[in-house]
Amino acid sequence: MTENTTRKITVVSSGLSQPSSTRLLADRIATATASALDGKGVTTEITVIELRDLAQDITNNLLTGFAPPRLQAAIDTLTESDGLIAVTPVFTTSYSGLFKSFVDVLDPQSITGLPVLLAATGGTERHSLVIDYAMRPLFTYLHAVPVSTGVYAASSDWGSAEDALPRRIERAASELAALVEASDRSQHIRDPFALPEGFSPVGGFGAQ
Amino acid sequence: MQFGIFTVSDITTDPTDGTTPSENERIKASVAIAKKAEEVGLDVFALGEHHNPPFFSSSPTTTLAYIAAQTTTLQLSTATTLITTNDPVKIAEDYAMLQHLSGGRVDLMMGRGNTGPVYPWFGKDIRDGVDLAIENYALLRRLWSEDVVDWQGKYRTPLQGFTSTPRPLDGVAPFVWHGSIRTPEIAEQAAYYGDGFFANNIFWPKEHYMRLIGYYRQRFEHYGHGTAAQAIVGLGGQAFMAKNSQDAKNQFRPYFDNAPVYGHGPTMEDFTEQTPLVVGSPQEVIDRYAAMREYYGDYQRQLFLVDHAGLPLKTVLEQLDILGEEVVPVLRKELAVNRPAEVPDAPTHASLVAAAYGDGPVREARPNANQGDNLSGSRPYQDSPAPAGSSFGPAATRKAS
Repeated sequence: MTENTTRKITVVSSGLSQPSSTRLLADRIATATASALDGKGVTTEITVIELRDLAQDITNNLLTGFAPPRLQAAIDTLTESDGLIAVTPVFTTSYSGLFKSFVDVLDPQSITGLPVLLAATGGTERHSLVIDYAMRPLFTYLHAVPVSTGVYAASSDWGSAEDALPRRIERAASELAALVEASDRSQHIRDPFALPEGFSPVGGFGAQ
Repeated sequence: MQFGIFTVSDITTDPTDGTTPSENERIKASVAIAKKAEEVGLDVFALGEHHNPPFFSSSPTTTLAYIAAQTTTLQLSTATTLITTNDPVKIAEDYAMLQHLSGGRVDLMMGRGNTGPVYPWFGKDIRDGVDLAIENYALLRRLWSEDVVDWQGKYRTPLQGFTSTPRPLDGVAPFVWHGSIRTPEIAEQAAYYGDGFFANNIFWPKEHYMRLIGYYRQRFEHYGHGTAAQAIVGLGGQAFMAKNSQDAKNQFRPYFDNAPVYGHGPTMEDFTEQTPLVVGSPQEVIDRYAAMREYYGDYQRQLFLVDHAGLPLKTVLEQLDILGEEVVPVLRKELAVNRPAEVPDAPTHASLVAAAYGDGPVREARPNANQGDNLSGSRPYQDSPAPAGSSFGPAATRKAS
């Protein structure tokens, strides 16, 4: 472990309205995570990416194959993080299309090993399995490391007198904080033009 | 410094009048465009290779040979030749033949191709794309440089005592560029052989190609072919011009908005900001492309895409007039200013012959008499080098002399 005690956390929120309960949930989780890390003597740099602001750029990237500057900056921030808090509203039993489109423009190798906290918002608690049935397989496929506790907030949670949501946020945040503390991803310089190990410019298959 | 045009050979509906040229019209148009390129003083015409609609160019050597017969100075190239799905034996033969017929006015650009389904059409597997590009090219080099090749590899049947005919003109293979959009293996391959590296540079931001070209230059030096500044770099580019900047924008916008490669996405303004596309006056094109070397270093070849997206032939020919008369002459001057003396020009047949033979006589391959077995044997040509280890007979005699 290095002496560096600063960790970078990126928050991706794909709520479409403003203000958005998705963003509200994202902020609460980010605050809880920062506070958990603070308790370990680790300072955090948090960057929030609102996909709403990047919606046109994401579509253009899908059509042209390259990210416009603002989107590229967001992708770079995300891929060079020590941790990710990913929050989406539930649309038609799954993450929002905008959320998935953003994930689709990432290099599939770029978030390997990235600790992720998965969270979602929805109108009813009946959709809460979205986190485990849709988001978790997506991030597992990309070899990110989702923490076991997901945070789902239904509309009713925001007005509830019970503290179920805050307790769940605390628990998930402490799980993420433990992985982020151990992460040194943000200190790595990744070379996208590195050759695969063992590559030979004349072929390596016994050609002669 | 070479200037020219490259075409992807698309047949696209003209969005301004809804007409779609027939294959025959577009093929004839591409010949007219190539001839015009020479007429207006451009150096290079390069043609893509595709095997599916809406593209017409499945047979670049036929097309380029026809153009060669009607031109005198134009350098003919591909953009690109599919080194993955074409048999390297056939590439060696076809392009050596084209080289003879065109008087050495041919070079090649190698690429892997961008259409996944093309692989099975030619019996290959796309998962082997990079490996095929590496192995096939290694074989192609040997077929051009050695009279008799024994070879075995992973992706085609072995060769025993095979001679690719005709031998390259004057015994000098066509110069090869390697085109790549994002694959460092291809940049590495180009650097390893000391070949040219061509960055398509038309659809993506310059930062991307700067890294790839920088990598190629550094590896070129690593493999001992010269300094990084001496590496052979080609760039794509695209422009649409009119005397008045706003006229260019108005005229090109419907083509931009409907183009298969970027239409229905970013605005033309955003796209021109973020990529090397210039839509404007000739001076704007000059300014943009004169600055390219600040990003990529002094380079050897600049090709413009001018004939895609459904632009009618008449418009393309007008674009070539502007390019040839107003843009390229100025760019030639500007890019020559402060160009370091050690940076070479793009290799041509003449320069490669001079490098190989100096003032000495060049090779003219004359076959030995048929030995009666329909095979050429170990010394197919009167001046073929003796096989290693020959200790008696004519081969040994020649070696000793």
